[in-house]
This record gives sequence, structure tokens and C-alpha cells, in this order.
Amino acid sequence: MGSIVVSNTKKKLGLIVNPVAGIGGRVGLKGSDGASILDEAIQLGAIPESPQRASEALRVLARIKENIDLYCYPFDMGESEARECGFLPIVVGSIQRGHTTSEDTFRAAQEMRDIGTDLLLFAGGDGTARDIYRSVGRTLTVLGIPAGVKMHSAVFALNARNAGEAALTFLTDSDQAYVEEEVMDIDEASFRRGVVAAKLYGYLRVPQAQRYMQSAKSGGFQTEKQVIQGMASELASSIEKDCLSVYGPGTTTRDILAEFGLDKTLLGVDVILGDKIVARDVNEQELLDFLKAKKAKIVVTIIGQQGYIFGRGNQQISPKIIQRVGKDNILVVASKQKLASLQGRPLLVDTGNETVDAELRGYMRVITGYKDYVVYRVN
Amino acid sequence: MPRDEKTLLRKFHEAKWDEQIIFEMSVPGERGILVREVEPSVSKKVGEVLDSIPLALRRKSPPKLPEINQMRVMRHFLHLSQETMGADLTIDISEGTCTMKYSPKVQEHVAARHPGIREIHPLQPAETIQGTLEIIYKLEQFLKEISGMDKFSFQPGGGAQAAYTAASVIRAYHASRGDTDRTETITTMFSHPCDAAGPATAGFKVVTLMPNEEGYVDVDAFKAALSDRTAAIFITNPEDTGIYNPRIDEFVRAAHKAGALCYYDQANANGMLGITRARDAGFDLCHFNLHKTFSVPHGSMGGAVGALGCTNDIAKYFPVPRVEFDRKKKAYFLDYDAPESIGKVRTFMGNVQSLVKSYTWIMQHGAQGLHEVAVCSVLNNQYMLKKLNEIPGVVVRYAPGKRRLEQVRYSWEKLKADTGVGTDDVMRRMADFGLQHYWTSHHPWVVPEPFTLEPCESYSKDDIDEYVAVFRQISKEAYENPEFVKNAPYNSVVHKVPNPSIDEPERIAVTWRQYLKKKEKAREGLATRQLTVEKTH
Repeated sequence: MGSIVVSNTKKKLGLIVNPVAGIGGRVGLKGSDGASILDEAIQLGAIPESPQRASEALRVLARIKENIDLYCYPFDMGESEARECGFLPIVVGSIQRGHTTSEDTFRAAQEMRDIGTDLLLFAGGDGTARDIYRSVGRTLTVLGIPAGVKMHSAVFALNARNAGEAALTFLTDSDQAYVEEEVMDIDEASFRRGVVAAKLYGYLRVPQAQRYMQSAKSGGFQTEKQVIQGMASELASSIEKDCLSVYGPGTTTRDILAEFGLDKTLLGVDVILGDKIVARDVNEQELLDFLKAKKAKIVVTIIGQQGYIFGRGNQQISPKIIQRVGKDNILVVASKQKLASLQGRPLLVDTGNETVDAELRGYMRVITGYKDYVVYRVN
Repeated sequence: MPRDEKTLLRKFHEAKWDEQIIFEMSVPGERGILVREVEPSVSKKVGEVLDSIPLALRRKSPPKLPEINQMRVMRHFLHLSQETMGADLTIDISEGTCTMKYSPKVQEHVAARHPGIREIHPLQPAETIQGTLEIIYKLEQFLKEISGMDKFSFQPGGGAQAAYTAASVIRAYHASRGDTDRTETITTMFSHPCDAAGPATAGFKVVTLMPNEEGYVDVDAFKAALSDRTAAIFITNPEDTGIYNPRIDEFVRAAHKAGALCYYDQANANGMLGITRARDAGFDLCHFNLHKTFSVPHGSMGGAVGALGCTNDIAKYFPVPRVEFDRKKKAYFLDYDAPESIGKVRTFMGNVQSLVKSYTWIMQHGAQGLHEVAVCSVLNNQYMLKKLNEIPGVVVRYAPGKRRLEQVRYSWEKLKADTGVGTDDVMRRMADFGLQHYWTSHHPWVVPEPFTLEPCESYSKDDIDEYVAVFRQISKEAYENPEFVKNAPYNSVVHKVPNPSIDEPERIAVTWRQYLKKKEKAREGLATRQLTVEKTH
């Protein structure tokens, strides 16, 4: 009974290696974005991490190399690594050898998409992830081989080998299911001065082989969809009809509103009244105007792997707004899987206003489903 | 099945029958038993049997059951049984939290073969089943002594139903005091999931507490969650990690202070028998899974009992009937006189056969024996923990320097990072050595790449050594040739199969009728797809 249908068609795999990713790390430069830093790193004797990491991932994939058409850019942007691992890559595009820039990554990602690759593997860090997001957005499934100095984004596998494993699973799986994960980055200039200010840039599609991902999630008995439906029911019963609700960015808040047939912006803050979105992607001032007339609730979710609920990606919900709405009217939604992935670390707030941060600290009730909550520490 | 005395590994291959689904074996007209027509004299006296069933409930056509003769049925199920690995076939340390101990076969002789048990009917008058009632009554006295509680109910047919029953009882308790705003219960992430699901099914809101970085429940989070809406806390201790909550008394005190009741999930109490008691720790209710600690075979989702205990304050809300002893008449009877009872949660008296097995097991051990069970299971666990800790790739998270009680949640996260071989891969490879697959963890996984083992009192040092040797071998293989482990098993009934999500309604069928329908649909779908392909070319 039951047979497995194995597809005979070859899979198309795209590969982009950012040849300078990770170069700043070992020499203590906190990143490799920008030409001057790059020169400085090379002078300090830095060796890029990415070629070796890319090869590690490719060696796993070499097991099915007969079933893969591998597309890449020339030389050290992927070709060399592919050949080293026994692939006969189809080389596209052109680069100035030894002087690649983020624009090469940008162009390469677009070409990979136009070719129709099933999956794009890239070796790099947050900067590379941002370039890819800028280039193809959520039109292509991608997976990061961690090789950068900064890796705040949730689009990277745990390590290079696991990236290979996850890619292999994805390419051989008939479903090719994906999830959307955050692309985040910190401003390197301020990071070098010791100030961490991470920003949410967007979301990339990554394979749903979640156990392999850094923010380890596991397939549960309750599917993501059921969890979202539960949260939606809970919110429906806890927000009065005449109350404004301010929904922060993220896939969780977007998916919850989709349950009500509402099309929320992924990165923006949207305002809902009753069963309608009354304003999309609002800024702080617009929010303040809304709050003049009506009472409101704020619905936010965890942004990024560090566990921020305020101050990363949702700065529009400013300290002033938070104070106006009040702590009791803040509803945090997150799945238990997401909370478990924090491994006991607290949720974080960094609104930029110490008084507001202090008010939010302590313990908060997080909505994890219908009539289902977790009381969790906020720092 | 020879064992290499140096490596302690066995050459093993499981029986492989490639057995059909029983429905596929059906031959129209073939019969196992020919049921005789009712004799005229009988039907004349009792009337037409079917007349007692309302018309709307009667089938119009016979059920589509497989039609097979007895001998083929026998062969079929024996083949299937040879393709399974369970507690009586292998060293079954694998099912942590399930307490897979050896169940002495004498229990079966009493519970399944003794005519006094086998041939009674649940509707028989109490005076004709005095022996059975005595066993139930005495078992209750045993569990009262073991837990310190005042009353037990054996109606719940498992731990989850015990938690549900407890939640219903707790609501009745608060309601009787006019306290109707207590709509929430609190549990912890490493408690058994039924401690959330039971109250949720009974209509409560459930607050879960996550472990902190050391794996403990955060007492401050608990105090923040506690309010005048809290009806009860539902807590497993030691938790699934095997770690005992060292501040449990603070939890109980704080809960009582807030007016909440405390429910102790002691589904597996193997590490505590004769050592600590739920009542002495301040709890108001507790339950034991008789199919874990008290030796009843798990029975594949059947024949279980979640024995639910409570203090006198709460007993009046317990289900009916209760088995009581009338001292004057010197007779056992079924007591339905409980006006505040929540009613019944299961038909008749629950799974009586299981009660008989537990009674037999306790009688075999005696008080001293039960204490020894706890000591042995904790000792076995310490020994195995030490041995497993020496194996490359094994990680034991949390509570550094603290002992675990009777089980441990281990992790292969290091093995996975080093070799790409994860817990699912190791689990499949175990079958090649004749071991039952192990249990990973509840979902979501908080400990990455988890596996949970419980070497209870039944296993000898030699058993544990052999079990550990298999893990050592698999770890070695993973570091030397990860692909080999990832493609396991090789000597089992089936080889590696894809692991589909349970949430694929179009691909998964749980009944034969569904299977036939979906197969037909898939065939149509495939035909359409092929047509499309042909058209595009």
C-alpha cells in the first residue's frame, strides 16, 4: 500500500557566494559592508569564511548532484566552490574577479529567479540577505549558509552542513513547503561604535525544514495554521467592536488578520476598526491622530530571533503611543514554538524611552492560542 | 539472536511479512464463525432482539467488514505481532515518561482468565460481584496510603481523562463556594500536555509557564500568572526532563494563598513510591496512571486507568458510582448517593481488568517492595545517565550538577551539529539492533533533537549496558559515516520512509473507506496531470 512517487525531473539550484562575507569577523571589525572596511580587513590578514562554508554545504548536496542543475556566478562567487565539490555548474553572469560588490549579489539573485531555480542557496551574512531581499523579495525560496559576521536574520541554517541538509530535503521533497522569516540587520557604522540598532528589512521565503534552522522549530501536532486560527479567535473575543486595534509588523499578525479576510501589510503598522482595515502602514503621527478619537489596543508579535516585541521593526509604535494606549491594552501574540526557540531568554523591549521600557518590563501574558497563554518575562 | 559479548550488540533482523491490510484479504462469503439463529423457544420468550433498538438506529445494510476465516485471521495478526517491538520483546527503556516496566504474567491469569472476572457483567447486582468490588475497594485503600489522599476514583480511562475529571471537579468545588470567576488554570511547559488539555477541554483558559535557561519553572513567572481567576495549578513533578522542581512548596503555598487548588500529575510516580506523597507536599488532588507505575500494560490506547485521588474537601464532587463497604452488612456496594457529584465520566466502573492487574502487582510487592521499585528505578537512571554522558554527541541540558529522578530528557544537538545526524535518524537506526524506537519529546521541542529515556526498575545492569552499547555504536557510525545512519533502518520491517506531516488530509487515510476514496481521487488527479503534461508538450 502507498507508494512514493519520485520525480525524475532535475531540480534547479541557484548558488551565490559572497566571497568577502565574514572577512571582518576574525579580525574584529564587526562586519564587512563597504569597500574601506574590506581593504582594512584584507590588510589585517583576514581570510573570507564563505568559500569554505559554501563548500561544506555543497558536499552534502553532492549526494544528489546527478539530479541537480546548479546555476552560479563565475569564479569565487560560486563556480569555484561548485567545481571543488564535484558539480558541473552552469555559470551565468559576469563579475570583476576579486572586486565583487553587493550589486553582483543583487543581479545574481534576479538572474537565478528568472532562470526559475527551485531554491537559491547563498553564503553570507545579514548584508547578503538584505541584498537578496532587495533583489527578489519573496518571489523565490532561498536559504542562507551562515558565513557572515552578523547573522540576526532568521534565514540562515544552524551551520553550513545543516544548510546542505535542509536544501537537500527541500529539493527532494515533493511539497517544497516554505515559511517566511525575518531579514534583519544592524547598522554596521553604529555597531562598530558599540551601539546595536537592529532593523527589520523584510521577509524571505525559506524552506520549511524548520528543525534545521537556527531558531529551531519542530513539526507539532498543532499546525501553524491551527495556532494562527486559535490566536485569531482569542483576539476576536478580547477586542471590542468599537475599539481600534493597532497591528504591528510580522507574519504572525499578518496571518491572524488574513483569518478575518483582511490583507495586512507585512512590514507596516496597520489600524483596524471592527472588521475593516482603516489605515495601512501608518507612521507615528498618523497613529497619534487615530488615538485622539478612540480607545485602542496594540497587537504585536516577536520580531527577530533575539525576542524583541518593541523597538525592532515596529518603531512607529513609539513610546508616546505605548503610553497613550497603556500596558494593559497591549496584546502580544506568539506561538509556543517561537517562545520555546528563545531557550529561556526573556522577551526584549527597546523603545528608546527608558520610562516606557521600565513599565513594560516584568511579566507579560502572551497569547499563544484560543484561551491559551504563556506568562513570560520581558526585559 | 546471538549477542557479541564484547560489543554487546546483537545480530538482528526483524520478521518481515509484507502483510496486507485485513480489508484487502476479504473474500466475499468467507466466514470465521457461523452465528446460530435464535432458537424459537428463546425468541418466543424474549421477543425479536432487534425490536429493542429504535428504528432510526438500525443499519439498513450490513457493515462492510472483512470476510475471512478464523485461521487466516490468526495468521494475519500473528504476522503483525512479529513486526512489532514492545516491552515483552525488547529492552524497552525507550519510552521515557511511559514507565515501560515488566508486567508479571500472573496478572493476566487473574484479570483475563479468572472466571470471577472474565464472566461477570457490569450490570450484575452488587451482591453477586463482591470479590471484584473487594479488589477495587482494597486497591483504593492502597493508593490512599501511597498518596496520602482520602478518596480515589477509578473511572477515568487514562491520565488525560483524569486531568479532565479533576478540572470538572475543581470547577464544581469553586462553584459550590460561589466562586465562579475562577476560569483559569496554570501549568508548565515540561508538565504532561494533558495538564493543559484536560482543563482546556473542561472549558478553562490555560496559562503555561516556560522553563528558564536552567530548565526550571520560574517561580516569579508563576506568581505573576497567579490571580483570583486561577482555579488550580496542574503540575507534573519531576517534569519531563526528570528534574524535580526544588521550589514546589513555594508554588503550592502561593497557589493556596490565591485560593487555587493544586493538582499533582503523578502519571509516572515510579521514582517516588514510598518516598514522598502528594498529600504531604500540600496537593489537593493527584493521579496515577495505573498503566505506568502500577504495571498495567499500556494496551495500545486501551485498558488504561488514570486513578484520581483527592482530599475529603473535594471528594463529594467525585464521579459516581463509588465502591464502598457497609460495615453493618459486611458487604461492598455501589454508592450513587452523591448529590454534588459531577456525574459519570465513563460507563460502569471503568476498566476493571486493569484495576485487578494493579491490585495483583501491588500485592506481589508489598510496601517494602514498592519502596524498592522507586530506589531501583532512580538508581538505574543514574547509572544510565552516567554511561550515556560518555557517548560523543549526547548532551544533557539544564540543572547542572543536579540529579534527575527516574528519567532524563537527553539531546543529540551536538551530534546533529557535528555530523548532521539528528534524533530521528538515530531512532530509526535503533531498530537494526532489535530495540524499540525511542520517544523524543512533546511538541514543540524545547530541548533540540531530544530523546527521553526511562530505565525503570525492571531492567538489569546487563540490559542497560546493552542498550547503551547500541547508542555508542550509532554515535560512532554517525561520526564515521553519517549517511549510513541517515538511511537506516536496514534490518527492520520497512526501510526508511518519508515522514509526512499528519496535516496532509489528501494523502493520509485513517480508515479503509477513506483510503479507497482518496486512492480513487488521486488516480483521477494523476490522470488529469498527465493529460496536462501531454498537452503542454
